[in-house]
Order: sequence, then C-alpha cells, then structure tokens
Amino acid sequence: MSVAASAGLLDTFPKYLLLNAQRFADRPAMRHKDYGIWQSWSWAEQFDEIRALALGLQGMGLGHGDRIAVVGANRPRMYWTFAAAQSLGAIPVPVYADAVAEEMAYVMADAGVHLAVVQDQEQVDKIASFAEQCPDLRALIYDEPRGLQDYDRARLHDFADVQARGRALLAADAARGRRWEQGIREASGDDISGMLYTSGTTGRSKGVMLKASSAVAAASDTVAFDRLTDTDSVLAYLPLAWVGDHYLNYAQGYVSGFCMNCPESADTVAQDLREIAPTFYFAPPRVFESLLTSVTIRMEDAGWFKRKLFSHFIGVAKKHGEALLEGRPVPLGGRISYRLGEFFIYGPLKNVLGLSGIRVAYTAGEAIGQDLFSFFRSLGINLKQLYGQTEAFLYVTCQKDGAVRADTVGPAAPNTDIRISDAGEVQFRSPGQFAGYYGQPEKTAEALTEDGYVKTGDAGFFESDGQLRIIDRAKDVGKLESGALFAPKYIENTLKFFPNIKEAVAYGDGRGFVGVFLNIDLQAVGNWAERNNIAYASYQELAGHPEVYKIVAGHVDETNRRLSREPMMAGAQIKRFLILHKELDADDGELTRTMKVRRSFVAERYKTLIDALYDGSPEKYVETEMTYEDGRKGSVRATVRIMDVKTYEPAQAAGFKEAAE
Amino acid sequence: MNAHSDAVAAVAPDDGIAPGELLMDVRNVSLRFGGVKAITDISFDVRKGEIRAIIGPNGAGKTSMLNVINGFYTPQEGTITFRGKQRRAMKPHHAVRQGIARTFQNVALFKGMSTLDNIMAGRSVLMKRNLFWQMLWHGPALQEEIAHRRVVEEIIDFLEIQHIRRTPVGKLPYGLQKRVELGRALAMEPSLLLLDEPMAGMNLEEKEDMSRFIIEVNRQRGTTIALIEHDMGVVMDLSDRVVVLDYGKKIADGPPEAVKSNQQVIDAYLGVAH
Repeated sequence: MSVAASAGLLDTFPKYLLLNAQRFADRPAMRHKDYGIWQSWSWAEQFDEIRALALGLQGMGLGHGDRIAVVGANRPRMYWTFAAAQSLGAIPVPVYADAVAEEMAYVMADAGVHLAVVQDQEQVDKIASFAEQCPDLRALIYDEPRGLQDYDRARLHDFADVQARGRALLAADAARGRRWEQGIREASGDDISGMLYTSGTTGRSKGVMLKASSAVAAASDTVAFDRLTDTDSVLAYLPLAWVGDHYLNYAQGYVSGFCMNCPESADTVAQDLREIAPTFYFAPPRVFESLLTSVTIRMEDAGWFKRKLFSHFIGVAKKHGEALLEGRPVPLGGRISYRLGEFFIYGPLKNVLGLSGIRVAYTAGEAIGQDLFSFFRSLGINLKQLYGQTEAFLYVTCQKDGAVRADTVGPAAPNTDIRISDAGEVQFRSPGQFAGYYGQPEKTAEALTEDGYVKTGDAGFFESDGQLRIIDRAKDVGKLESGALFAPKYIENTLKFFPNIKEAVAYGDGRGFVGVFLNIDLQAVGNWAERNNIAYASYQELAGHPEVYKIVAGHVDETNRRLSREPMMAGAQIKRFLILHKELDADDGELTRTMKVRRSFVAERYKTLIDALYDGSPEKYVETEMTYEDGRKGSVRATVRIMDVKTYEPAQAAGFKEAAE
Repeated sequence: MNAHSDAVAAVAPDDGIAPGELLMDVRNVSLRFGGVKAITDISFDVRKGEIRAIIGPNGAGKTSMLNVINGFYTPQEGTITFRGKQRRAMKPHHAVRQGIARTFQNVALFKGMSTLDNIMAGRSVLMKRNLFWQMLWHGPALQEEIAHRRVVEEIIDFLEIQHIRRTPVGKLPYGLQKRVELGRALAMEPSLLLLDEPMAGMNLEEKEDMSRFIIEVNRQRGTTIALIEHDMGVVMDLSDRVVVLDYGKKIADGPPEAVKSNQQVIDAYLGVAH
C-alpha cells in the first residue's frame, strides 16, 4: 500500500483518509454499538472498508459528478458511503431519514440522484413509493436486510454484497486499488464534496453545494481553534443530513483523526453517551434543557439529605464554577468547597449525563437561557456557543474558551469576515462558504451580495466586546401598529426559557398587540401534575387544565417584566396568550425537521385561533387535522381558552444604561 | 447478522419436518373441570411454518386449549400428536423440551429482573452445563453463556428493545412487556410458538409493531405460530388458517375468508341465542 506517497496538498477528505490510514493506522476511527458491544474500526480498517465499498460502487457505474443519496441513522456504513463516493468524485447527498415520502421525493428528484444508500426496509419502501419521480435513480443499496427477503432484486443490493464485489475486483486486479488511490491523489479540491439540503424554514429546501477545498479549509480552522486531535472522540447522534453532523463529526473527524462513535439506536443515545463519554460534544439548547429538567425532577424525588447536599453544592458551583472554568481568581475556601462538590455532586452528575469527558462542548441553533447555560458551565463543562449556517458549512462565529456569554454567539470564526448591513442584517465571508445552490443560480445570486458576502437573513448587532448578538430572522422583525419593534423570536425564546414552556409562537406584526400560542412541556408539567394529584389522560387535557393556565400565566407575566427592561423590546409585550390543544409537530409541517417553528404556516393552520386572539373572545372551539408518522390522518377537537395578561411600563433609564454597557 | 448465531444454532430443535407438513395434530380432545366442560371433542391440526389462529368469544375455551397444548392441563379424552409422537400426560417443562414455547394473556415476566435477564432465562432450557459449572461461571459454562448471550442480543436487536436492555421489566409500559415476553419465548427457539392474546390492551401503533414482529418471526425464523386473539382484523390479516371455538366446541376451521363468511361464526360473535 503506497499511502505514504500522499503528502500532496490536503484539499479533499479522501486525501485525509489516505493520510490517516497511515499516520493513525491503529488508532480507532469508528465505533458502533451492535448486539450490545462496541465494535470498532481503526483508520486502517476503515480505509479497507471504504476502499471495498468504493470499488463496488465503481463497479455499479458510479462516477465523477454522479449524485448518491444517503438515507439513514448514524451508522458507520452511512459515513463510509460519504468517503467512498467522494473518492470517486461522486457527490454524496445526505437526506433526512425521518422525512416523509413527499419531502424525500422532492430532495432526491431535485438532486437527480443516481444511487441511494439507505438503512432499512422503511427507507426502501419510502423511495419505492416515489421512484417514478427520480428517473436517474438506478439502484438502491441497503444496510439492513431485515424484511427485504421477498423484494424484487433487480435494483436492490445488499451493502455487504457491494463491498464483497469491490473486494473481489481488488483481489482479481491489485492495480485497481492503486488506480483508485491515484485517483484520490489527483482529485481536485474544486470538486463538490457534498450537497446538504437546507431545512426549509423559509420554503422549499435548497441543495447547498460545498467545494472540497472549502470544506477542508473550514474544518482545519476549527480543528485548530479547539485543538482537536486523534485522541478526541465524539458521539455521532445528530441527523446525518444536518450540516452540524456532517461538519462536526465527519469533516472534523477526517481532518483531526478523532474517533467517531455511532449509537446503537436513536433510543439508546443517552446510555451510549454515558459509555463513550466523548471529549467533544454538540447539542442544541433543547437537549441541555431536557437534561436539566430530568435532573431537577430526579432530585425532587430524592431523599432530604441528597436534596440538601445537591442544592448546597449547586449553590457553590453557581458562585465559583464559571470563574474556575475561566481561570479567574477564586478564594481558597471557594476552591476547597468546589473540590468537595466535584467529588460528591458534579463528578457523579456529569458521569450520569455522559458529560464527564468533555473538553469542548457547543450549543447553537436557538438562544439558550442564561440559567441553563450557567448551570452546565458551573459544573466545569466547557460549554460554548457558535452561530452557523449550512451556507457557511457551519461556523460563522464561535466563542473562545474563557470568553463565553449566554446572550451572544461569539466573535467571527477563524478567517471569517462578518459585517452588519445598513438594514441590520448579518453578512459574512468564510472559508467554508458554499459554492452555490444546486441548479438554482438565481437563488444563489439572491443569497449573495454583489461583493460576495453571504446574506444570513438574520438581524443582529455586535456587542462592545466584539461578540455578535442575533435578535431574529431579519424578515420576521416587524412592527406593531404603535410602531414598536416586534422581534417574535426574542419573545418566544424568553418564554421558552421557562422549563414548563416547550414551544412558543408569537404574533403581532402589523397588529395592535402581541399574542402568543404556547405548547407546554409534557415532561415538566406532567411531573408537576403528578406531584399535585392532578389527573390527566393526554397532552390536550393537561394543556387545557385551569391550574396549568395559572402557572403559565405567571411565566408570561414574568416574560413581560423581562421585556419591559429591554428598551428595544419593551414596546412589544404580550397581551393575550393561549395554550395549543396539540403539540406542534414536524409531521404536520408545523416544525421543520430541525424542530424550528414555521410561524406563518402555523398562523394559517390555526387561523381561527389567531382571529380569536385578536377579537377578544375568551375561548374558541377548533378542529385540527393531524398526521401520524405513517402518513395517515386523524383529527383533534378542543375548546381552547384565551387569557389576558397585564403589561409593564418600560423601564427607560435602566434599559438605556444596560444597552450602553 | 446470522454469522453470530452459528455457535448456538445447533441447539435449536431440528424436527426434520418439511414446511407445510403436519406438526401437531389434536384429536377429539375434551377437557372437564368437575362438571364444567371447557372443551368438547375438538380436533384440528397445525402445519409446519403456518400462522394458525384460535378465535372465539369470551369463555369459548381458547386459553384452555392453549393450556392443553403446552401441557398445563391434561385432557380427559383425546390425543395430541406433536412432531409425530403421541403424548401422554405431561408437564409444561416437558412441552418446552419438545419445542413448545408460549406467552401469556396477562404478562408473566420476572418483574424485578432486567429485560436482558428475562430473555436469558428463556435460554436456560438450552443450557447444557449443570448447576455446578454455572455457579462456578468459568471455562465451559462461561463459553456457553457467551454463546447464549449472542443469541439473546440478536433477539433484542430483532425486537428493537436495545434501549431497555438493562431496565427492570416491572418499570416498562405494557406494550414493551409484551415484547419482552415474546423475546423470552423466542429465546427457547421453539418449533411451535403459542401466543395468548399478544395484542390485548395495546394501542394501534403497538399492535402494528407486534404484527410486524409476528410475521417476521414466522417468515425469517420459520417458526410455526398458534395464536389466540380477539382483534378480528389482526387475526384475519396475520393467519393462514383459523379455528373458531364457541362454548368449548369447534364451529369452523379454515382460511380467514371462509371463516369470515361462515354463518355460525357470525352468530357466535354477534351473540345469537343458543
């Protein structure tokens, strides 16, 4: 094997594969829990698997520029498909595995895929249902044969068979392997290394093309920024098709050589996390939120001594934890107390949560509450924020160790250039910047400024310390009839910092006042109900309970109090709210697959409720259609109560001082 | 996947009966408790590889029939021939040795034990080392345990219950307990699997999952299944042949379509006076 000769320019991921197979030959590259045991592959073994797959795919006619869809959970074989396709100059297109057939058909037809590597029967069935929309799709390759015995084999191949064919080709002609390696070495960094579809928060999703050299450059920068090495490890549990997973796990993994661990199943992630204890971790704020909620609930069930101990040491952590993490001076007494706390509480707690090995953790995607953020940081977890986009191949900003705040997303990422347009929109140029939307040059042009900056569509401003603060989507920022600034996301986030509120949707643009729809958090509120002997049979019943309304009204009141302290936001306080009778769901199109609310869709869907919010009626009967995961439809009926809340005088003086800080 | 099971596959009873041939023959069986006739003169057969349903209104004698098959009750009259051998009075553990496993109408698991241990318990009948070796837990006994664990892990994977591997089953929701119980029965690698109302008390989604597992067990593992079920839709979709009992008597027997249109069956289910 002549991998040693790969010292050329490293501008594609397969080139890193060659390098890693040599420099980290015996280091673990991939682990997957299967049949209850962690199976692992070294970089040399991973190289062998990918080569077999690539030669097999080549034998099936996959060539330069062809698109290959990857649909499944976080499994080694799915990740190997990325590298195998890239090694042939083909373009992998990861697709959200939980997308319903219609969404998947759109993406696969738009990308014009030639092959698809899928996880199981479910995906095979889904693709079969819209096969006629993808005329270029020649064959499907499946990972799990279960349930597929009786299927027509003409266009269906077992992943293992494809690899076996590749190995047979290699055995018959060793030169084939050398030609394959040569092809990797000669490949251009200008090739497209992958296409990631945007989540479609704002309409149909678009295929974001990423150039190999840009992708590698971006990953190299952040690997250096966070000093990631082959001794690090990650748990790959985020959706394969999301830029975050592709970047944080795949791209950074190939550049740094760290080990990627694939969970046993989506349901076992928490246990797998505990077993692996990764050193680099990413989770959206809602994951940290649910971790904190479950810890709080479990502690409430503990005995009085444990509760005492917990609250005492969490108090200590609150006081000194973040200072210690950032290396600021802490009195000796505080250090000793914190050490004790580490022994009794923080250590075991981090261990249970699977966070004991963390060196660097990030959160992004949504705003994170100050209390929540501080809680994890005070335990000694180096949790930071980043701000990113698919169009940037993730990083636009990220916080440095020691310079971390909850309300900002950090200064520009390495080699990234950010500016705020006159209209207040954040624009950037970055090393990982996309090469365009696939097949939509006019959309690409729309997304860029004339001088080549990418328009993020987010409104934001720089704080005095150089950290960027995002307020909302630029086009969502509106005005009330009174002329007061209305930033719906800002209001929603303030509401969602309460553990009892899972989702909030604020309306008010061009209207007289702000009205909100809320979803309660079934776990948190359900636990409270249990504690207070309140019986309920369903989300709907609990959501409509008068006592629940009373609690939530308190939260809304507190939100108004907080808004009144922010000079920019004080004019848009909440006047009326209601708790929706069903949870917002991606299957009904109310959320995107990345769990972001599609505000205008929700408004249209619940038009009667919007009307009721603004016509002053105290309650409204609604009937709503809902979709089950398998596509069937049902409906829910309810009478939803609408409640008024009081607003506060804007605290002018204090507000301006705060803003000037 | 199957590469794993080579080591233990030989333990599974190979009954040498070709698919479609007679696996069990029940002839003129009657069962009485004192003066109460639970089952009267019932005859039917089960062929290898099929899904055979036993249905009937409440109190028709379905569960009694199942109890007769797995040796819990001994009928006063009639014969049961299983895998070519006619059998006399026997105990349930003999039935297990012969390759009959079952699940219960009301889940009968070891509530304090984990999912894994419950399914491992199903393997005990196939473990060859004696108590001494097992207590020593060393050498051959350990090797054997590892081999059995592999099979159990395959079952866990098959039933998609990895996430509850270490959870005490008493803490699990009912639908999952039913799945664990099926897992334990599968662990015995039975030639005949008896399922007593596998879908009782389940919601639609759980029913669909369970139906999928039953079909896959039957197709992939070639396990013959006899099941009792109330949900007519499920029975008609799943089974190859259906026996209908009413007041301890057989009133119909045949493929689902034939049974569905049988007047006596319709009467029994609609409660026409006898």
